[in-house]
Amino acid sequence: MDPIKTLRSRTVVLAMSDVDTDQIIPARFLTTTTRSGLGASLFADWRYASDGAPKADFVLNRPEAKGCTILVAGDNFGCGSSREHAPWALTDYGFRAVVSTQIADIFRANALKNGLVPVIVDQGTHGWLMEHPGAEVTIDLESTSLTLPGGQSVQFPLEPFARYCLMNGVDELGFLLGRETEIRAYEQRRAAQASE
Amino acid sequence: MKQTLFEKVWRRHEVAAETPDTPAVLYIDLHLIHEVTSPQAFTVLRERALAVRRPELTFATMDHSTPTRTEQVFGGAPITIEAAAHQVRELEVNCAAFGVELLGLRHARRGIVHIIGPELGLTQPGKTVVCGDSHTSTHGALGALAFGIGTTEVGHVLASQCLLQKKPRTLAINVSGKLAAGVSAKDLILAIIGRIGVAGGTGYVIEYRGETITALDMDERMTVCNMSIEAGARAGMIAPDESTYAYLAGRPRAPQGEAWEMAVGQWRQLPTDAGARFDKEVDIDASALEPMVTYGTNPGMVIPISGTIPQRPGDAAFAKSLAYMGFEQGRPIAEQPVNVVFVGSCTNGRLSDLRDAASLLRGRKVAKGVQMLVVPGSQEVKREAEAEGLHRVFLEAGAEWRESGCSMCLGMNGDLVPKGQYAVSTSNRNFEGRQGVGARTLLASPLTAAASAVRGRVTDPRELM
Ligand code: SF4
Repeated sequence: MDPIKTLRSRTVVLAMSDVDTDQIIPARFLTTTTRSGLGASLFADWRYASDGAPKADFVLNRPEAKGCTILVAGDNFGCGSSREHAPWALTDYGFRAVVSTQIADIFRANALKNGLVPVIVDQGTHGWLMEHPGAEVTIDLESTSLTLPGGQSVQFPLEPFARYCLMNGVDELGFLLGRETEIRAYEQRRAAQASE
Repeated sequence: MKQTLFEKVWRRHEVAAETPDTPAVLYIDLHLIHEVTSPQAFTVLRERALAVRRPELTFATMDHSTPTRTEQVFGGAPITIEAAAHQVRELEVNCAAFGVELLGLRHARRGIVHIIGPELGLTQPGKTVVCGDSHTSTHGALGALAFGIGTTEVGHVLASQCLLQKKPRTLAINVSGKLAAGVSAKDLILAIIGRIGVAGGTGYVIEYRGETITALDMDERMTVCNMSIEAGARAGMIAPDESTYAYLAGRPRAPQGEAWEMAVGQWRQLPTDAGARFDKEVDIDASALEPMVTYGTNPGMVIPISGTIPQRPGDAAFAKSLAYMGFEQGRPIAEQPVNVVFVGSCTNGRLSDLRDAASLLRGRKVAKGVQMLVVPGSQEVKREAEAEGLHRVFLEAGAEWRESGCSMCLGMNGDLVPKGQYAVSTSNRNFEGRQGVGARTLLASPLTAAASAVRGRVTDPRELM
């Protein structure tokens, strides 16, 4: 995972609430056994007509969306299935952050593990972002803040550990494997209790 | 200190408690895996030359992309979707290479992962249970702390038997009052989601409590806990009691003999202490509930079957959702014509669900032009249903009777609702395209599904009872 310190990009606005992971990546694309290449199927049913041609009116197909790495979406983004294919598709497409007022738990956990920054902002900031697609914003992990083009900054919640992992490109598996002694001690404690 | 059921299970599994800088290290007792969310996790193990740390605590089945046609499962017919066939093979290879027990495609006890965990007695009170699937919440019906994880976390559990977790908050949903005849556990959970909303449980573990919950049998409790995720909660739990112990006694993977007595003794300590505090509480009166049905594209868009679709002028997202469904604001949901009826899934694919559906189909026919698919949740459910003759009821009514699997719940195996058609489904998600591109899903109970199949229209099951 590449370390992320600051992201600066124009936004793409997906003006939909309760965007579920079936929308982000429909189930028929889950038969893959690798992680790569899912970007092509991101939002497939909204993005392509039934003959496979891109729908001109879908936000990601507009010329101004090209190169944007920050997605702004409506309330409660990422609900539904636990498929990690959802953040894989978003990052493979090129997104590095998702901004909403609320992000579903499992999606958020999956996003953090794949270098996709979940940014939760207040209604006011969110409303402004929704009304200003293409606004150039900065997301800074050092200060866990999002800065609007006018210079106003808002903080977003991010646990210290998640922030550390994102900023240093550390993966959690290494951390867990480093706790082997404690894990073994726990197992021995449990085994002793069970045989009492 | 007075503790809730959740706190007791959480505490007993803390290898290391949460600190301001690091999440808790939580020990996992049972890890269930399936073909769709595990391949990339095994790839990570290979890349890092890691073994599965406790293979005997991991258990694999295949359900999501597997065929349900008997000739494709047991006959010589190949799995039609090549990529799905590849996934199935890959799980076989991975389980063999890493020493994980697998209930393969033709195994007599195979089934949907959330049906077979409890059915085999693998799921037990007080355990931590995870699976790369959001409906792992189902297992909480037995008093386990059970939640869905992503594929990276599947790799974490395989390699370390642990997960890094932030401690969730607790939400008590207190349910009182007797469910009326024809109103089922599915209607109750749909009503709860309608009340608290699809994000109402985000960040919480729900404990369902109260006389109505205690009166539910285990199948019904699983239906309720199953859809906790549809309210945004990762886990739902119900305190273990005599119903739980009676359900588990004698199951193949449940403790036996002296070990059973000891286990029950420990399980009795688990229920929430009197006076323990929850972070939030919600009270629900079940006595006034009707059969519920969804009209939109998330499970919170739900109304009583006698109701009308709400009017929300100026709400663009709401209008878009109704446009997808082909519905207008303010019109009744009953009498809506139906093309497909699906009875199955980890929400309602257990024996009692099939009995419910059969009770309304006996001596009746599925309406002309309606396709009805009945898919048992496991091969064991299938055998039990056949022993009672339920399959004959379905077949004589004109429904299809299949091998177990997820099937039309997510349409990965080719069991799809055609574009634009209306499906009354006993599954748990009515998202756009969930059951096929352009498919329009109405979630309901097995009773409502069966009644709607008979009439070919959305029908209150009480009219046929
Ligand atoms: S039946 Fe549906 S919800 Fe349940 S595990 Fe299968 S796909 Fe998921």
